[in-house]
Amino acid sequence: MSDLSETTPQAPGTPPSTRGPDEARVSRLMMLLLLLAILAGVGLLVLYALGGQVQLEGILLFILLTGIGFAFILWGKYLFPTEIVTEDRGERPSPESDRVGAEQAYVEGESQITRRSALVRMLLGAFGALGLAAIFPIRSLGPSPGRALFRTSWRAGLRAVDEAGNPVLASDLVVGSVLTVFPEGHVDSTDSVAILVRVDPAQLSLPDGRDVDAPDGNVCYSKLCTHAGCPVGLYLAEFHQLQCPCHFSAFDVLDGAQPVFGPAARPLPQLPLEVDQEGYLVAKSDFTAPVGPGFWNRGDGP
Amino acid sequence: MIVPRLLNWFDERLGAASFAKKSLRKVFPDHWSFMLGEVAMYSFIILVVTGTFLSFFYVPDVRQVIYHGPYKPLDGQPMSAAYASVLRISFEVRAGLVFRQIHHWAALVMTGAVVFHAIRVFFTGAFRKPREINWVLGVVLLLLTIGIGFAGYSLPDDLLSGTGLRIGYSIALSTPVVGTWLAFLVFGGEYPAPDILNRLFVLHVMILPALIAGVMGAHLAIIWRQKHTNFPARDLTNDRIRGPRLWPRYAFASVGLFFVLFGVLALLGGTAQINPIWIYGPYHPITASGASQPDWYMGFTEGAVRLFPGWEIRLFGHEIPEPFFPGALLPGVIFGGMLLWPWIERLFTKDTLEHNLLQHPRDVPWRTAVGAATITFLGVLTIAGASDVLASSVDISVEAMTAILRWVAIVLPAVALFVTYYLCRELRSGDIHPVKESKITTVRRSKTGGFDTTEEEGGGFESVEERLGL
Repeated sequence: MSDLSETTPQAPGTPPSTRGPDEARVSRLMMLLLLLAILAGVGLLVLYALGGQVQLEGILLFILLTGIGFAFILWGKYLFPTEIVTEDRGERPSPESDRVGAEQAYVEGESQITRRSALVRMLLGAFGALGLAAIFPIRSLGPSPGRALFRTSWRAGLRAVDEAGNPVLASDLVVGSVLTVFPEGHVDSTDSVAILVRVDPAQLSLPDGRDVDAPDGNVCYSKLCTHAGCPVGLYLAEFHQLQCPCHFSAFDVLDGAQPVFGPAARPLPQLPLEVDQEGYLVAKSDFTAPVGPGFWNRGDGP
Repeated sequence: MIVPRLLNWFDERLGAASFAKKSLRKVFPDHWSFMLGEVAMYSFIILVVTGTFLSFFYVPDVRQVIYHGPYKPLDGQPMSAAYASVLRISFEVRAGLVFRQIHHWAALVMTGAVVFHAIRVFFTGAFRKPREINWVLGVVLLLLTIGIGFAGYSLPDDLLSGTGLRIGYSIALSTPVVGTWLAFLVFGGEYPAPDILNRLFVLHVMILPALIAGVMGAHLAIIWRQKHTNFPARDLTNDRIRGPRLWPRYAFASVGLFFVLFGVLALLGGTAQINPIWIYGPYHPITASGASQPDWYMGFTEGAVRLFPGWEIRLFGHEIPEPFFPGALLPGVIFGGMLLWPWIERLFTKDTLEHNLLQHPRDVPWRTAVGAATITFLGVLTIAGASDVLASSVDISVEAMTAILRWVAIVLPAVALFVTYYLCRELRSGDIHPVKESKITTVRRSKTGGFDTTEEEGGGFESVEERLGL
């Protein structure tokens, strides 16, 4: 790095003055620190050969490393002359002649380029094409969103099953309890995860007459929070609220999972249920709305 | 001796002697607060060393395996190969756990050092001309450091970090117009897509470290070229620099700092448990636990996302979901404001002069007040990131705590703004902290035996020391 500054140490300047408290004592202390460091290093080897132990490794490394470190610091602080220098910083901007010279050098070259304006334009066009071509691989990074965010694996007639794949009877849950359910055959489908809540049917007042989609008080909602997509796993039976453990949005189960607290702005989509001939809970359709967090074109609807 | 001969060998080929001479004699101003940048740089080196070791064992693979290792509570459990490899590092690789914990502690310390370094530079006006480029590079380094921290934090694929990643996906998804494509391209499809761990791994061990090394190199080359600032002192002018020379005093102090830092991080890594992923358990997309807090540097976004009310904008059939405002817009405004601060300030000060002497925070009350208010705001948000823990520790509901914190996040920064502003003005005009605008009171005894008191404008003092004639 070329440097225009000239370092001119201040004439006699500050005297190479007072040494530390007592050089002999400092070097004895350093000897001790370094001896401990050496012992700790040997200790680490032994410990390692014996199989290692995390706390001892940390402590021995600490002794080894800080021993070396403090030896350096003590040496720097007490065993060198405490010379504090004041000097000129040096001029920063280049001399005027250099600035003008640089500009001239550039302009001379530039005029050679710009007079062939047609070529320059073609060159820019080629770079543009290169830029566009370079963007294509970005498209490979992921699939098109398509309708993926509008659909889950739930279909009319699919049974609700628990995590182990067992179908759920309408009478399985007692009032006040919850169960995480999936569409039968799709227990790995993350966006299909739903939470089944059994409530007293008399208390239910779901919007748009959807009470019929909750047979015997088995009301089912998407388990993905409409705020940031966390699983809404906490059920406060006393308040009939589902709560998200991430940002504490709360949803009123009796009222169509309308958000009653927190940052969520939309209700959890409901999964319309009915009971098949064998008494198992089955879906009547997919969820009533796209599940999970919001996005720009969510309004395009399912 | 070997060194002079080596120097000659290189000088004949590279002409390096002039540079070496100037470098070894380089003057480095000394102040404890100038150490913070060094701590950040040395933490980065320690992270590269420990991280390289970890990368020999880590597997960025979400495929499910059944665990049969020495950690019995998880025996027989399904988990990703990534999570299993971190369990292996923790319980089977000799010295693996100490390296892993040193790595995590070093990451927390590095982000902290970068933040406090930025705070030091901000409050002392060290970003003013000619150092605006380095301020911008510094803010870029802050963003890269947070980014690499978050990417690394997500790699073990444990329940805690997986939840954080899911929130990140939702924030990406919330971006107006391009959100769905953005989220699908970055995450490789609808969450949870299998490619994400591999991508985070490449970001964490290659792209971001290379960027940090490059930008940090430029940051250092520029400070080398421009030379460090000095705090104002008696007989020190703007065009002079004061401090010990690089060789040998400063070099020994700095090398000592590196080893002491490494030693302290090793002690933490060995004795202070951090990120015990075997307690959190493997990530499963259908579960999340309460009391989920990210690492401290992400706390303010977590707090913002918790406190921001459930407002969504729906217009013309389109929607801007709630997480966009606290999760993307707010950090964008804060970091954008930081990035542009040297020019924002210049709009008001019209100051185009070169400054090599630092300011005491009290000397620029409005800047100090803006900084204090911003830090207070981010501090409240960080605390709000643990609102549930806070609520249960004082035994009130999370709802009540959220309502309280919403007001605190608005009121406290405003209070900090005014208090700081007037405190600085008081300190500046007080007798004990005399600065430019202070008055000099002179008491003289006249020939007749009486006393004359004269007051004159101080003017021109750069420091307490100078004012007191030290």
